[in-house]
Amino acid sequence: MPDHSPSSSTLGAPPAGTWGSASRQRRTITLYLRRNPSLLIGLFLLGVLAAIAIGGRLVVDISMADPLSAPAVRAPSWDYPLGTDKQGRNLFAVLVVGTWLTCKVGLISGVLGVLTGTILGFVAGYFGRWWDAVISLVVDVFLAVPPLLILIVISANLETTMTTTTMALIIASLAWREPARRIRSQVLIMREMAYVNTARLNGTGSLGIIFREMMPNLIPYLMASLVLATSAAMLSSVGLEALGLGPQNEPTLGMTIYWAMHYSALLQGYWWWMMTPLLVLILLFLGLYLVTVGLDELANPRLKRGGV
Amino acid sequence: MVRIFKRLCLMIVVVWLAATVNFILPHLTERNPIEERLAQAMGEGGGSTAGMEEMVKQYRQKFGVDQPLWRQYLTMLSDSARLDLGVSISHYPDRVASHVLQALPWSIGLLGTATLISFAIGTTLGALTVWLRAGHWLGRVVPLLMILSAIPFYMVGLILIYVFALILQWFPSGGGMGVGFVAGLNWPSAVEIGRHAFLPAMSIVLAATGIWALSMRGMMVTVQGEDYMNFGRARGLKDGRLFWRYAVRNGITPQVTTLVLSLSHVVTGAVLVERVFSYPGVGTLLYNSVLLVDYFMIFGCVLVLIITLGISLMLLDLLYPLLDPRIRTGAGDA
Repeated sequence: MPDHSPSSSTLGAPPAGTWGSASRQRRTITLYLRRNPSLLIGLFLLGVLAAIAIGGRLVVDISMADPLSAPAVRAPSWDYPLGTDKQGRNLFAVLVVGTWLTCKVGLISGVLGVLTGTILGFVAGYFGRWWDAVISLVVDVFLAVPPLLILIVISANLETTMTTTTMALIIASLAWREPARRIRSQVLIMREMAYVNTARLNGTGSLGIIFREMMPNLIPYLMASLVLATSAAMLSSVGLEALGLGPQNEPTLGMTIYWAMHYSALLQGYWWWMMTPLLVLILLFLGLYLVTVGLDELANPRLKRGGV
Repeated sequence: MVRIFKRLCLMIVVVWLAATVNFILPHLTERNPIEERLAQAMGEGGGSTAGMEEMVKQYRQKFGVDQPLWRQYLTMLSDSARLDLGVSISHYPDRVASHVLQALPWSIGLLGTATLISFAIGTTLGALTVWLRAGHWLGRVVPLLMILSAIPFYMVGLILIYVFALILQWFPSGGGMGVGFVAGLNWPSAVEIGRHAFLPAMSIVLAATGIWALSMRGMMVTVQGEDYMNFGRARGLKDGRLFWRYAVRNGITPQVTTLVLSLSHVVTGAVLVERVFSYPGVGTLLYNSVLLVDYFMIFGCVLVLIITLGISLMLLDLLYPLLDPRIRTGAGDA
């Protein structure tokens, strides 16, 4: 519904993609990416990792990520390009499966968090009054919660057979706070915008205003929130795993680091066991960080990054 | 004062929330991991669990099924409020509180020092990059530090261990002191503790400095354009005085707000750093308790960390007026 968003400039949505032919659109995107190098580099890093997670499945048999499928602790070689761990997992297969599993946890709780947060933010911001008072109070209280510590309490109590899905759900239970706060403040600003008032005077109902007028303009903002929430969720999941509260039977990147630490891989000289998941996670967090910075600029182009 | 009262209320609510979650979850899952664990530990037998039976009996009496749910809940709440954290399962019959309190000074020492260092370096660097104009090499350090701040502390720590403890062997790879080392108030123990704390502290400093540098840089850009800066320059003040007393002094107040906002992130990050370096703080205790499925100890660690966090935030609120004279004199009400 592009004809319903004449105000794309008011919230700073970029003109790219609003109208124009496909080729022109593509050129605008290329031009934009050149102006926004952090978004470009971030997307590139994430793309490389996605290629490993998807393309790797064609190269290596992913059942090799299970224990006892390869000889234990082999240094990287032609047969096992990233070596194997003490329980006989092929670390290349672990990398392929683990990258996907870690992203899966992040995506599930990120999407759930942004979804819940958006609903709460819209209800609080749009309907105001005591809706706003109650929701804001709850969000404020939960924002004071140090997330990892509460997640530790939850996981420690539920620790039976943790899977990546239950883990994602546990993390999602705290992932809505930041999106709710951010979306609420955006909705508060948008509510007073001229085009919203116009729509209201035209007799558009609340739902129509929310979904047809406000949502399209919030898309860059929602994207930025999603990346932020996904990245925070991955951070929490890897943190929980490093403490031993992760899925014991699934080779996520965090669990691989956990096992490597558990068997003091570094002290025993099995550097490849630790370094592979570590490097991938660092690239993942760097990519997400750069995309966040880039999307921030996209959602808020007037934002001057101090001094640069 | 209102801010401190608000902070206190928030802390109590968070503690209540944590305690409630810890109470509700076992009931929701229709099983009681604590009793299961107690029974299991009892079944394993052995000399160390001699008094376990007594404990199970006490525990059943206190939280037992014969009591209504609300009473169990109230008992648990009042115990948490009095910081009666119960008895450790893995180190029976030690009390949880004694273990946690033993670990706490290590955590506070490491975290406090690392935060102060990164705060000082980050603030100065952030201010300098704006002060020195474009082209200076320092200007390139800050983006690098910002990128490092995207990486969790303990991952930086793992790389530091690999490079400095295993390849170069300059520092020990873990622990708070050498094995069998007896600490005293003397120079060798200070060196020993410092040597062991260096790498863990470094991993926090490396990853946290960027946070301060970024926010200070933003503040300095604003401060640079203020009239009093031009006035100071017109008066012919020396560069150093202008920088520290005029620019940094005015930019530093919001830095405390940044510290307040990121403290919880820093504390939880440090918990994981301790685990990586097996530093004898609360983080390592937490990890070991997870390993030994010691629910009382896990909850105790979390509770003490939440309270420590709350108290440090309150201290920062008290510090705020010292940095901002407008609040001190009551002229502006923040």
